Amino acid sequence: MKEQVGLRGNAWFKALTGSDTPNSGDPHSVLATTAAFGNESALFLCVVPDEDSRFPCVRDGQVGLEEAFALAAHIRAVIAEDHDKPREAKRPIIAIVDVKSQAYGRREETAGIFFAAATSADAYASARMAGHPVISLVAGQAFSGGFLTHGYQANRILAFDDAGIVIHAMHKEAAARITRRSVAELEKLGHEIAPMSYDVRDYAKLGLLFKLLHADDPQHPTSNEVAEVRNSITEAIADARKGKLDLSNRWESDAAKTTRKGTLAVRAALEAQWFNE
Amino acid sequence: MNAPTLIPDFVNRKSFIELDARARAQSLFDEGTSKELVGPFDRIESPWLAKQGIAPQSDDGCIVIKGKIGGSPVVAIAFEGAFQGGSVGEVSGAKMTAALDLATKDSEAGKPTAAVLLLETGGVRLQEANLGLAAVAEIISSALALRQHAPVITIVAGTVGCFGGMSLVAGVSSYTIMTREARLGLNGPEVIEQESGINEFDASDRALIWAIHGGEQRVGMGLADSLVEDDADKVAAAVRACVHKGVPEKHRTEQVELYRARIAAIDTSSQIDPATLRQQWASPKGGVR
Repeated sequence: MKEQVGLRGNAWFKALTGSDTPNSGDPHSVLATTAAFGNESALFLCVVPDEDSRFPCVRDGQVGLEEAFALAAHIRAVIAEDHDKPREAKRPIIAIVDVKSQAYGRREETAGIFFAAATSADAYASARMAGHPVISLVAGQAFSGGFLTHGYQANRILAFDDAGIVIHAMHKEAAARITRRSVAELEKLGHEIAPMSYDVRDYAKLGLLFKLLHADDPQHPTSNEVAEVRNSITEAIADARKGKLDLSNRWESDAAKTTRKGTLAVRAALEAQWFNE
Repeated sequence: MNAPTLIPDFVNRKSFIELDARARAQSLFDEGTSKELVGPFDRIESPWLAKQGIAPQSDDGCIVIKGKIGGSPVVAIAFEGAFQGGSVGEVSGAKMTAALDLATKDSEAGKPTAAVLLLETGGVRLQEANLGLAAVAEIISSALALRQHAPVITIVAGTVGCFGGMSLVAGVSSYTIMTREARLGLNGPEVIEQESGINEFDASDRALIWAIHGGEQRVGMGLADSLVEDDADKVAAAVRACVHKGVPEKHRTEQVELYRARIAAIDTSSQIDPATLRQQWASPKGGVR
């Protein structure tokens, strides 16, 4: 059975923007539109599967070369258009994330997918550093290089709290193979070691999330659920606008104080030993 | 008197690749100016490996050295490929982010401090999975913040190469220095073969791997900046030149439209020939900036 990656992303893009038609000039795997949001407008971005893509290794909803450059182009356009506006008037950028992974293909490696992915991550981070609130809504899967390319540079990350959400560095089968464990062992370890878990509730313990959201069936949201998600995104935008432009909120969060002691110890020690002559 | 010497240069050169991460980083600095920070005696180890029966290392495979290169302040952060494949864990990743952040702070205070990243890494450490992935996102962000003020210089020398999330860090760097022995890509050949099949990528085909990921190709196609021999003096000279050049006028990752058009021009009906692509992308100046 084919995995249903991208369907939730598509559903939420449509629910929040009212459309799900790709722009002319973009690959059909990228949805991008500026839509009204509250009393302002926001740029919405989503990567969806395109079974007819001319790059075979992205057809199941992976993020590839065209996707990365299309995302970067849309974000860079918004940064340029809002260049002279004050921080509070810079358009929010909302990444709806439901990506299986980066593309695992020879064409992609040959043409430098590492660089394409970096271009998109740069665009997202540059928008954040320029003062745009960048919000990620994890509606389905958020794997590895796919998430690094699309969404992980956000000021604030929101995710649904159900079993369909998987945020991880690698899918279970591959991670088990590489770490020489069975999938069952890997699942057991995940319950003891939070960063290895495939459960979004454990992910929430790492301090990286702004908020967990709920929808009974995130693929078919009700109008009430859409309204609640809109409220949460509005809250995240307001929080991002009054926060720092870097990612320090992630390791300074309450949850990180327990889970990321290692990170905090390194930062304190390095600052204490840093010298300048 | 002296018979003409028949000993070729490479016999006398000091190999860079044969050095470990600490010695590589040390070899770049002006003599007597460098000091290691948060070294092994601080014993900040991975909190996650021992719980899984894996021996941690007192520096978590990441070495931070501060000093001067060509008289300018620089911090070097080196991943040790011999420890857990140079993988990014919570602690090693946080070291890199924190060092970049402190360099940014100094730069903003009027003391531009460049960063040299020595990347021999397969990417995220799967035993610390989500904290490794989060660390990569944070490193990218901090590298982007620093490169507005001072150059971020990546060295991929070999033999591990630079793969996974850390390849994006190379991607956002101001300059990337590679040797012929080095490889740079998002997915390694084994991973592609595993995920997409042997017809997509035969991971035993060494010639194919180097034709795609190798230093000569990456520099030739303009996705890395200088190709150096495996010689510690030459690597150090290349780094000095980058520090001296300072922040480039435009970073490669800001040139979205140029590369988007290049991707649009690629015929994808069959696999792409690396040599042809290199020819098409090569610019007379050896780079695109």
